[in-house]
Amino acid sequence: MTTRAQDLPSETMALQMGPSHPATHGTIKFNLKLDGEKVLDCDVEVGYLHRGFQKSCEQATWTQVIPYTDRLNYASPLINNFGYALAVEKLIGIEAPPRCQYIRVIMSELARIFDHLTCCGMAASELGAITVGFYMMEAREWVMRLIEEVTGARLTVTYARIGGVKHDLPHGFAENVRDLFGKIRRLLGDCERLLARNRIFIDRMSGIGVISQETALSYGLTGPILRSTGVSYDVRRAQPYLVYDRLDFTVPVGSKGDNYDRFVCRIQEIEQSMRIVEQALAQIPPGEIIVDDPRFVLPEKEKVYNSIEGLMHHFKIIMEGIKVPPGEVYFAVEGANGELGFYLVSDGGGKPYTVRVRPPCFLAMAAFPEMIRGHMVADIVPTFGMINMIGGECDR
Amino acid sequence: MTRDEKATIDYLREKLGEDILAAHSLRGDDTIVVPRARLKAVIRFLREDPVLRLDFLTDITAVDYWRRKSPRFEVVYHLFSMTTHRRLRVKTPVPEDDPVVDSLVPFWRSADWLEREVWDMYGIRFSGHPDLRRVLLYEEFRGHPLRKDYPVNEEQPLVPLRQIEGTFVDERSERKRLRLRLQLGASR
Repeated sequence: MTTRAQDLPSETMALQMGPSHPATHGTIKFNLKLDGEKVLDCDVEVGYLHRGFQKSCEQATWTQVIPYTDRLNYASPLINNFGYALAVEKLIGIEAPPRCQYIRVIMSELARIFDHLTCCGMAASELGAITVGFYMMEAREWVMRLIEEVTGARLTVTYARIGGVKHDLPHGFAENVRDLFGKIRRLLGDCERLLARNRIFIDRMSGIGVISQETALSYGLTGPILRSTGVSYDVRRAQPYLVYDRLDFTVPVGSKGDNYDRFVCRIQEIEQSMRIVEQALAQIPPGEIIVDDPRFVLPEKEKVYNSIEGLMHHFKIIMEGIKVPPGEVYFAVEGANGELGFYLVSDGGGKPYTVRVRPPCFLAMAAFPEMIRGHMVADIVPTFGMINMIGGECDR
Repeated sequence: MTRDEKATIDYLREKLGEDILAAHSLRGDDTIVVPRARLKAVIRFLREDPVLRLDFLTDITAVDYWRRKSPRFEVVYHLFSMTTHRRLRVKTPVPEDDPVVDSLVPFWRSADWLEREVWDMYGIRFSGHPDLRRVLLYEEFRGHPLRKDYPVNEEQPLVPLRQIEGTFVDERSERKRLRLRLQLGASR
């Protein structure tokens, strides 16, 4: 007896994808409603990596929060570090010295390159272009080594300090960066040749995960996802912080708001970030890397071990924390995934009263059902990949 | 710059009058405090006003001023204008015994998850929200952890395994479990 089409059941199927699924790098669950392979509706469950970031920050001193910010977006921890440090500096009303500002710009852009390489490499390898995945992972490793050379750590960098950075750039940094950028440019050229006319890649990226400009704005999307719809909004341009207003760069925008445009935006941003780093290295002045203000900065170890004043000073800052004047500020930086904002409330004590993070991924995941509705189950993988959800930041 | 910021607050005072309970501009961040009954009207005005055009909702959060302020909570909205690139913070006080605010979902879709998070973390409800569930924590979680009276080291009870409709019981794993039990019994 043969089965005819009308005998087959045709009701919708409920499928739970995740929370542990090989294609969702990040712990997240999709409750899908399917008609065959078509996604009718999708409910996103987040929070598997929630670890009480805000509650922990309220128990820590202002400086002890910096290591926690490493763990937010662990693909670009430097940007989180600087975002938090800048927010605290805004609340105190101090400004880091010029050399430190340039160092922050250089390191932020390296982190952005790192983040985009991860995102694009993973997305490509998930679609079968595993060579591109390996190439980009290799480039990521080069960037990682450079970051390690400066900060001493690979991922949990804790490089920023309130009022400055931990230490200066090492000798020969500029030459290393130049070598690295030469290699990355060559490699991106190779990747472009592998992907630009690759039928499989384009078919699975182009026209998938489309979101219109109005919907994207209504969902509060920022970063490459918003720019792929044609809105040229970049915090570095809209409200320049650090020394971004002295550097020349363009903000790449897409037109269709699909996965392919997001991919291209990210790849073009890598080039822009490299341009920013090159200009910053050419302009960087000599000088101090941290503010000269004993109220916020730890004394040198020399003084701590050899004088009672130094020891007391050190003890006060470590045990009581720096005193931040009461008030509230919001400060946003352009993270790799969009606007990363810090809303701080201080009651004048040594500990923050509230440290609220505005996570770009969280809002992007809220818009995910909008992007995937009507597409196939297999399209979830590239769409989710191009959002670049980072659990640490989304769930906090 | 400073004159500009002053101008925003003055402009708002002129336009909104009685609706502004307080206003300040610390470190260049313009802030207004509005009564919660007028929140929706004020937000609608800010969104549609041709001068301000605060058409982008950046963030919603709350602050718990337990034993410090009365009313206890403040719900904080961060608005942004895509055209003028200016920000404005709107705060609304919310009392402890009736923690309800009007939802902004009709204006912005982003309010959906942000309000769910505020409900999850602070226990403030949003009237008119289409689907006010917890978002980061699980439904069985007791209390709202970002309230200042929620202890840091509080332990939550274990949750029984949730039965979900439509999942299949894997018979093989059931058989495997039985076999394992038999083996363990035999070895003893």
